[in-house]
Amino acid sequence: MSTLEIKDLHASVSTDDGPKPILRGVDLTVKAGETHAIMGPNGSGKSTLAYAIAGHPKYEITSGQVLLDGEDVLGMTVDERARAGLFLAMQYPVEVPGVSMANFLRSAATAIRGEAPKLRTWVKEVKGAMSDLGISEEFADRSVNEGFSGGEKKRHEVLQLALLNPKIAILDETDSGLDVDALRVVSEGVNRYRSPENGMLLITHYTRILQHITPDFVHVFAGGRVVESGGPELADDLEKNGYERFVREAAAAS
Amino acid sequence: MTTPEVAGLAPELAGAKEGQGEKPVLSAGERFTSYDVEAFEVPGGREENWRFTPLRRLHGLHDGSAALDGRAPVTVPAAEGVTVETVGRDDARIGEGGTPADRVAAQAWSAFPEATVVTLDGTPAPLTITVEGPGAGSTAAGHLQLRTTPFAEATVVLEHRGSGVLADNLEVVLADSSRLTLVVTEEWADDAVHVSAQHLSVGRDATLKVVAVSLGGDLVRVSPTVTYRAPGGDVDLVGLGYADAGQHLEQRLLVDHAVPHCKSNVLYKNALQGRAGTTDAHTVWIGDVLIQAAAENTETFEFNRNLVLTEHARADSVPNLEIETGEIVSAGHASATGRFDDEQLFYLQSRGIPQDQARRLVVRAFFGEILQRIPTHGAGALPALRERLDAAIEAELAVTGV
Ligand SMILES: Nc1ncnc2c1ncn2[C@@H]1O[C@H](COP(=O)(O)OP(=O)(O)OP(=O)(O)O)[C@@H](O)[C@H]1O
Ligand SMILES: [Mg+2]
Repeated sequence: MSTLEIKDLHASVSTDDGPKPILRGVDLTVKAGETHAIMGPNGSGKSTLAYAIAGHPKYEITSGQVLLDGEDVLGMTVDERARAGLFLAMQYPVEVPGVSMANFLRSAATAIRGEAPKLRTWVKEVKGAMSDLGISEEFADRSVNEGFSGGEKKRHEVLQLALLNPKIAILDETDSGLDVDALRVVSEGVNRYRSPENGMLLITHYTRILQHITPDFVHVFAGGRVVESGGPELADDLEKNGYERFVREAAAAS
Repeated sequence: MTTPEVAGLAPELAGAKEGQGEKPVLSAGERFTSYDVEAFEVPGGREENWRFTPLRRLHGLHDGSAALDGRAPVTVPAAEGVTVETVGRDDARIGEGGTPADRVAAQAWSAFPEATVVTLDGTPAPLTITVEGPGAGSTAAGHLQLRTTPFAEATVVLEHRGSGVLADNLEVVLADSSRLTLVVTEEWADDAVHVSAQHLSVGRDATLKVVAVSLGGDLVRVSPTVTYRAPGGDVDLVGLGYADAGQHLEQRLLVDHAVPHCKSNVLYKNALQGRAGTTDAHTVWIGDVLIQAAAENTETFEFNRNLVLTEHARADSVPNLEIETGEIVSAGHASATGRFDDEQLFYLQSRGIPQDQARRLVVRAFFGEILQRIPTHGAGALPALRERLDAAIEAELAVTGV
């Protein structure tokens, strides 16, 4: 049973004017079987939290800890974190021209599983996962994310989630840019991934995805930290009253 | 003119260095040319033509001190539709492709013991010609002419391998309405020096596709000149170079559009990986394209991208486009030199792919655009060559573990 523990995490982003502090003491624990939603206003640092956990080189951890099953994640390289069982579905997936989706998926699966999947079963597995997400077969030959629409990129992030089956998944606004049908298909994909063995951190602006994916916990993120935590009812409160109150409190606290 | 996206470069470098060239482009006819080596001054290194080339590594090819008494054997297998002749420099066909425009090319012309003329007729099967270096410590001059008959359709692989120092001229004379795909590989041993002038003469409605692959050698300098004898010519020059520590790879192109309704498309990509404590890995790309006043309805594009994989590496890139007519279909050029795109590497690594493997994926993708021009199925298919070059690039990547 996996557990991701984020303890008093502080992080800065490197900018042209030097490091700019964004995360100001994030505390959060995600256990296998749990789905946590993180909601917060634009610029509050949600993506920064996701990138910091994944190990993006632009973000520097200034203090705090991230542990996966007690192991120090921050001491690992980006690929070691992924192989340890972390996955980040990105808000803005990166285009990699010249590398085919098929080659990329197989390379990733080989790395994560520790051995190359058997070709016959792999082809079937990929085809099945693609069709589950309404992705047509021709995408396998296209360059990774190159020229994909916003929604197509998000479907492919969830495709990777399905194939790599991480212990803990962080989904950064996987719902944004999706039309109603795509939202349903993508949500179904995410729900297939959920299991008693897997934990999930779902970053979102909108409550609409929470109608498809019911969270166990909802956290409000403002000013670079979690300012309030509760159950699904907290999302309804945010839907009605917005972030105004939390933003003011966060500003007052910093 | 928009710049197509190219794999493997940091986004801020896309389209870098765009704009007109820095010096006027001389036409093939305006350049000084001669078959006689003594007609050229000994270069001192400051000349536009030589300023990037480390002359002291030329083993005397440029100043008359090279003995040129070695032999660089040319092997052409017998095949249907292929005629091979060994001729002297007095053969009327020699020189049809063009005339040397620098001292080393003229030196080779003055010194070659015999020329090989390969005539391609009809639709011969893909032909592999091998040029073997004269051996370590030896210098040689060579001459090879490839010619097509009208309506011929051929694929030729010209492989250079072995050791030693070779100066040569390659003439490619395309008859009207013929089509030639030519893959030229530089797969030399580490000591080798090759200075090669390519004279590519394109007949009416003829199509030439050249894939140039520079992998081995200490110093390899290849200077292709494209001339069109009549309208309707279509030329595609693509190339890749992989420069390791200490290697100097130089590509100097002139595409001279002097007649209307011709096309040229140039795409060269180099990767560089150097090492501390030795000479830098160095690539030089000079892309001169001239559209003369008479060359109405020209379509041309040229593009050079360099991927600097490590420190201790230097890529020089000088695109020059000169247009003397307003009546062109399209013309553009660009050049950019950059490092790995961190975002791409992060994305690949975030899926568990180790950093070295992620870098290899990106480099392979970078070169894929060139290598895919080598057909792997159909009439002129060269699957074994493609596999060998893929493996050679893998081996290069393994050198510094990028
Ligand atoms: N490279 C950068 N240079 C300067 N500021 C940056 C940089 N990257 C992030 N920031 C700033 O860090 C803050 C947090 O950004 P982050 O992307 O984490 O927010 P977010 O909560 O994910 O926002 P959104 O809801 O819009 O996705 C923002 O104020 C942003 O402008
Ligand atoms: Mg964000």
